[in-house]
Amino acid sequence: MKIIFFLIVLSLITATGFLLAFFWAVKSGQYEDDITPSMRLMIEEDMIEKIESKPNSK
Amino acid sequence: MTQSETFYYDNKIVRDFGVATALWCVVAFTVGLIAALQLVWPAANLSLEYTTFGRLRPLHTNAAIFAFVGNGIFMGVYYSLQRLLKTRMYSDLLSKIHFWGWQLIIVAAALTLPLGITSSKEYAELEWPIDIAIALVWVVFGINMFGTILKRRENHLYVAIWFYIATWITVTILHIFNNLEIPVSAFKSIPVFAGVQDALVQWWYGHNAVAFFLTTPYLGLMYYFLPKAANRPVYSYKLSIIHFWALIFIYIWAGPHHLLYTSLPGWAQALGTVFSLMLIAPSWGGMLNGLLTLRGAWDKVRQDPVLKFMVVAITAYGMATLEGPLLSIKSVNAISHYTDWTIAHVHVGTLGWNGMLTFGILYWLWPRLYGNKLFSTKLANLHFWLGTLGIIFYTVPIYWAGWTQSMMWKQFGADGLLVYSNFLETVTQILPMYMLRVLGGTIYITGAFVMVYNLIKTARSGKLIANVEASAPARAVAGSHKGEYWHKWIERKPITMLIASAVVVAIGGLVEIFPMMLIDNNVPKIASVKPYTPLELEGRDIYIKEGCVGCHSQMVRPFRSETERYGEYSKSGEFIYDRPFLWGSKRTGPDLHRVGGKYPNSWHYNHMKDPETMSPGSIMPPYPWLLKKEINSDYTAAKIKVLQTLNTPYPNGYADRAVADLKLQAQGIADDLRKNGVEVEGLENKEIVALIAYLQRLGTDIKPKATVERIQ
Repeated sequence: MKIIFFLIVLSLITATGFLLAFFWAVKSGQYEDDITPSMRLMIEEDMIEKIESKPNSK
Repeated sequence: MTQSETFYYDNKIVRDFGVATALWCVVAFTVGLIAALQLVWPAANLSLEYTTFGRLRPLHTNAAIFAFVGNGIFMGVYYSLQRLLKTRMYSDLLSKIHFWGWQLIIVAAALTLPLGITSSKEYAELEWPIDIAIALVWVVFGINMFGTILKRRENHLYVAIWFYIATWITVTILHIFNNLEIPVSAFKSIPVFAGVQDALVQWWYGHNAVAFFLTTPYLGLMYYFLPKAANRPVYSYKLSIIHFWALIFIYIWAGPHHLLYTSLPGWAQALGTVFSLMLIAPSWGGMLNGLLTLRGAWDKVRQDPVLKFMVVAITAYGMATLEGPLLSIKSVNAISHYTDWTIAHVHVGTLGWNGMLTFGILYWLWPRLYGNKLFSTKLANLHFWLGTLGIIFYTVPIYWAGWTQSMMWKQFGADGLLVYSNFLETVTQILPMYMLRVLGGTIYITGAFVMVYNLIKTARSGKLIANVEASAPARAVAGSHKGEYWHKWIERKPITMLIASAVVVAIGGLVEIFPMMLIDNNVPKIASVKPYTPLELEGRDIYIKEGCVGCHSQMVRPFRSETERYGEYSKSGEFIYDRPFLWGSKRTGPDLHRVGGKYPNSWHYNHMKDPETMSPGSIMPPYPWLLKKEINSDYTAAKIKVLQTLNTPYPNGYADRAVADLKLQAQGIADDLRKNGVEVEGLENKEIVALIAYLQRLGTDIKPKATVERIQ
């Protein structure tokens, strides 16, 4: 059943990729603040100053 | 602090995906309803070969998953990603290519599946040219998403974005490896894996498609749209992070639970069960995080249809993710597998979790996209109740049907014989449940139509705000990029592109190298198991084309109730020439692995012509076109050649003799049919003969006396 080992290796590679992403996230300070991100989601609407139908910048 | 920059969110692309979501949801449900109707009333296929259950089922599942939920994902991602990252999407052009490319793929699916162009692998039925198109459009989506992430103005990646990233990466890998196939013609390919190996790759894909297409992206959407709709921050951001990482690490190992009690090695089955049970923890963590977000806001739930939809969606998610692990326990799976229990389970997931969350998001988004209020809250509430009742009326009868039928299959009398030895008895018993299911589906789809009306009215009374102005300071990037503005990333686009293409090329390389290493089968070989004859091969492809696998399994499990009913249980070595494997996942009709030699050729002929003549009360539709259409042997030689490159032991140069052999074997079957009173001109050229050859071959290789002639 080589295919099982193949799938396991493939899954391990994927999982390792996720693990590296996790380390990056922790190291780069993504999780230093675990309160305000959920708050910021709420206030972003306030930043919209006005609504226009045509963009004037790319 | 850097200066504030002004930019515009692209709302038009969100609207486009939203329209597509609403459109395809109606299509997917309608096709599902017609398919459900055919199970109680086979004539609902209008006697057309294009609309039989076998061909509609993959159309329904693909439309529900990739058209309805797929567009729902993109709608939500394009809306939330821009706002979470404080930037417009990376490229308007890529957004457009992504949108139209995806719709074209859906149209291609809607055309090819009724035509019988299918690889037969569940949720991966589309043939190779469409597979390539999917990969390309998916890469376009990836570049657009990662480009947006790179040019973001917000340093922190909100948890929803992590769910989107995991979705993209995993679906890419799954799609590639489950679609490794060698083309025979423009619309036909042969998978590189065979039998047990093919089954394992397929269900590793199938399970993870549920995980990373129907679950993780929608969890991302939940984490964005639920707090927005409730106007409360998520209950615990910390829990959402744990939820995310735990979920993706555990999910990818649970695939083998789809193959319990099959020919898959026991330890692999155990692995699948253990990880499936572990999944309860992160799944319920996510569900509770969602429900607890509404703490102190339940008064709003009473008022706001958007929140009602979301609460039912999250509850359905909780139920489905508790039930899923339970179904992965072998003793439960022994009862549930191949029955309608599985169908009920997946519909709690798609109608409940995906459907209701999508509806909630659509109702929340539409007024915001069109700068007005929802046309009618009353109609939205009506839709909510139609949706919820529809789910109940759909799933309860189907759960009941599954349990009833499974118990009947396993019922032994005092004499030690099967009480319901005629499979058909166990089908007619549950037909009332199938009728109730049609009712449930009708209620649910009515709700969808009410929604479409409501959304159209809302759009008509407002004006699309195609671009929304916003402003935010540029991102101060840590490390070497410190102080860099987002447009610097755009300036370095060639490098980004280079990296992206390197990844694509690397994957392409893997695709070519790995399968070649793996073609050699390690499945225990059984000396008497021989490759299919050319006629059987063509018959097998007709079996695939007609979607027989949608209702008939080819996997006798090692239970007394099954060996008594069908014969010797299936061995892994019997499938080494099965490309693709055709084990199936549902027994609406009986298992066919040991059907070879069970009935005379004329029985099969009459049965395919009109099943009711041989099995009164059968819900299988007639296949009269098989008696008229001629066998297409144009590609027989090409198929043999491809199989030879995959180490199928046909003699050297056999491809040249294949068609002659095919004709010879067909003549034999036609003669036998004539002897038994079938008088049709040119019978030996008809598709039915090839199909009979295949059916008579099934499972006969390990019988003491093989009843079918073989090559060599």
